[in-house]
Amino acid sequence: MSRYLPFLFAVAAWAQSNVVAVRNATIHPASGPAIENGTLVVRNGLIEAVGASINVPADAWVIDGKGLHVYPGLIDSLSKWGLSAAPAEPPGRGGGGGGGRPSGAPPSAGEGSTPNIQFLDDGGPEDRPSNTSWVKAADLVQPADRSIVSARNAGFTTAIVFPTSGIFAGQGSAVNLAGERAGDMVVSSPAGLYISVSSRNFSAFPGSLMGSIAYVRQIYLDAEHYKQAKAMYAQNPRGLQRPAYDRALEGVLEAPRILLPASRKVEVDRMLRFGKELKTPFILYGATEAWRAAGSLKGANIPVLVNLRWPERDRDADPDAKDSLRTLETREMAPSGPAALAKDGVTFAFYASGLDRAADVKRAVKKAVEAGLSKDDALRAMTLNAAKIFGLDDRIGSLEAGKIGNVMITDAEWFEDRARVKFVFVDGKKFEPAPEAEAAKPTAGRTE
Amino acid sequence: MRRREFALSLFAAPLALQAQQGVTVIQNAKILTITKGTIEGSVVIRDGKIVDVGANVMVPPGAKIIDAAGQFVMPGIIDCHSHIATEAVNEGTLSVSSMTGTGDTVNPEDIGIYRALAGGVTTANILHGSANAIGGKNVVIKMRWGKDTPEILFDGAKPGIKFALGENPKRRGGAPPNFAGGASTSRQRYPATRMGVEDVIREAFTDAKAYKAKWDDYNARTAKGERLIPPRCDLKFEPLVEVLEGKRLVHAHCYRADEILMLLRVADEFGFKIKTLQHVLEGYKVAKELKEHGAGASTFSDWWSYKMEAYDAIPYNAALMHKKGVLVSLNSDSGELMRHLNQEAAKTLRYGGLTEDEALAMITINPARQLDIDNRVGSIEVGKDADIVIFDKHPLSNFAKVQKVFIDGRMYFDRDQDMSEREAKKSKREKMIEQQKPAAPARPQGGRRPV
Repeated sequence: MSRYLPFLFAVAAWAQSNVVAVRNATIHPASGPAIENGTLVVRNGLIEAVGASINVPADAWVIDGKGLHVYPGLIDSLSKWGLSAAPAEPPGRGGGGGGGRPSGAPPSAGEGSTPNIQFLDDGGPEDRPSNTSWVKAADLVQPADRSIVSARNAGFTTAIVFPTSGIFAGQGSAVNLAGERAGDMVVSSPAGLYISVSSRNFSAFPGSLMGSIAYVRQIYLDAEHYKQAKAMYAQNPRGLQRPAYDRALEGVLEAPRILLPASRKVEVDRMLRFGKELKTPFILYGATEAWRAAGSLKGANIPVLVNLRWPERDRDADPDAKDSLRTLETREMAPSGPAALAKDGVTFAFYASGLDRAADVKRAVKKAVEAGLSKDDALRAMTLNAAKIFGLDDRIGSLEAGKIGNVMITDAEWFEDRARVKFVFVDGKKFEPAPEAEAAKPTAGRTE
Repeated sequence: MRRREFALSLFAAPLALQAQQGVTVIQNAKILTITKGTIEGSVVIRDGKIVDVGANVMVPPGAKIIDAAGQFVMPGIIDCHSHIATEAVNEGTLSVSSMTGTGDTVNPEDIGIYRALAGGVTTANILHGSANAIGGKNVVIKMRWGKDTPEILFDGAKPGIKFALGENPKRRGGAPPNFAGGASTSRQRYPATRMGVEDVIREAFTDAKAYKAKWDDYNARTAKGERLIPPRCDLKFEPLVEVLEGKRLVHAHCYRADEILMLLRVADEFGFKIKTLQHVLEGYKVAKELKEHGAGASTFSDWWSYKMEAYDAIPYNAALMHKKGVLVSLNSDSGELMRHLNQEAAKTLRYGGLTEDEALAMITINPARQLDIDNRVGSIEVGKDADIVIFDKHPLSNFAKVQKVFIDGRMYFDRDQDMSEREAKKSKREKMIEQQKPAAPARPQGGRRPV
């Protein structure tokens, strides 16, 4: 039955007035200081007014906000919520359609079980392996995905969702976490291209970290070349060889920014250099060692997405095995990374990395606060900064007139353990999380 | 538009600021200069460079004095074949992986760097692995422990590339997919034989020449005003063109005499040079041919029999090649062996009767020449980088321990300091292990309640 829950919620919300006012509440707009006894009006899905002395419209459905705290809806800056059916890598190589591999070339291994001798001209970067840059998360959103409900119940109203399989996994999209049709949920697309460079296996190029980096570099050279060739041809096709259409490069060129993986300091330093080499706007994700890497990021003007799953000892680890001093230090210091980033003026946002229970998210964020991050900075890392990093701060991320009506309302200050999410507004539609959703037992992903 | 010059532009950061500013004088030492004999006296270091060496030197006022009475000073050891400090070694999926390089995966935080320092190594050639007939690009690093990647690179070192012959590059060709007990996901890959390895190298360079010709043609025609779409820049061929142009050194993994001669013939035919043959355990059989080609040899002192192609080896290999006029170095290919290369060099005294200077040259000036960095490092001479090791005993003694290591005049290893910090680090670690112990289960697991 529970698969119909979102639908029932939605019907309930739409049956109400399309004007809602919350009055006498403590409003935390994220774009400025908190407003005591403030009023927030949401009309037709948009924030109409917010402030201390706002008249409640006569046609509004009114919530008495006494004791309530009103926040912008939380944004998960790197997410898979709602993408339950994200496709795996397309079958075989040559998915890019470019590169001029002769027809009749042998099929790649991985298709079926018969091994094939690989020819020298097969399986190189020109065959665009592991590249589905044209895939858009917006096209993959499943409105009935259950993770949308649980995330929304935890106060999240928007997620920047990305396909994540492969090296050039695909284009992310900013998606509001409620809606009957995927098209209604999409706030913006494309939001960025997700890139991973971890070592994979030895069955197909690129199999190693060095191969992946070389491959990404070649793709960007090819994209630059493709763009130049297309421009020349468009200007005057006479006498020029026609550039072959290449959807993998089309996707690369379409991306407004790329996401590069960087958890450890070594990776942060490496990807800062690499990103600059690619000459495309980029942001880093991971940042587990931000406590050591903040110095590298200072002044680099590169935003960072910080993983809220702090490193912890594997539950199944040999109890007698002694971790290295470096590992121990990383575990102890990781939550102090956000404070270090804030101190050095680095723009960062959090991503929940699958944590979709309010208590788990809060516990993880509070670890950063206990390690020195201000509550305001912590809140911005889940709202306005996430919006800014993806160029969406003109529409989401704060409670300001004219922005999308994405709101989280709690019955105490969010950082307090007893605080519960009372209401969530997505595009102005009201949702009330079921209380039992929060009383569930901690998940395996808890961060203690 | 021109073909891109990647090799030189990848890490172009000026690194002169690495040097320790000021003057340091190492006094009362036995100085093994390698190229200028042994001197009892002092080395004067200014701003990271050696500015004076001799029995009587001017000690500038304010100089930092290090008394090395009874100790031995030698140039920092250079390892021509290492895989430390990189987070990837092989891109094993292709037979030509020249688009990759260890420069992209350098890990300046690898503890192997510090351990290498403890063995007196100051410079190492960080090579791609040997899974491919033509492997990836290498970088030369200095063991500047504590610095970030651009800073640990040997600024100005000529770029290189790895080749590999024999069993490793052909291994994936003949094996069934699960030959490694079912766990392997490897595909079969051409080549499966030594003649296939030769073919891969020939084809790659034939293609590289065609690639170069395409760019030359494009440049010539656009210079005359023709409107053309430029060729694609191919990172696979760029390094090979650099090899053909003499701008990139070839370090070729090999064992058997027949495959060595094959590679030298191919190189001669295509008009490039093999800078070093690596491992080259049968080099003693073809030393004359190595000498004729001008190829250096970087070998092990006495490590063999770990696979079929590495059986016909003798401990005299290094000495025999040296006596035939081949430039010979001794390398480690191992983070462990790397820490006692001085002992590896000592074995050439026993096997081949080399002099002390000849033996030490095989881990200092000879590898420096093989990496084209001998104008900077490899001996204690005025004008060279102050990369210096102080041993408590003669470095060719089994009992010698590294006391201090300097790179660019800056001390990166000090045995006394290391020993004194061990206890504190150990207790810090124990304390953190205690702190991070998982909390006891919240609920009593049955049994009696505590009273």
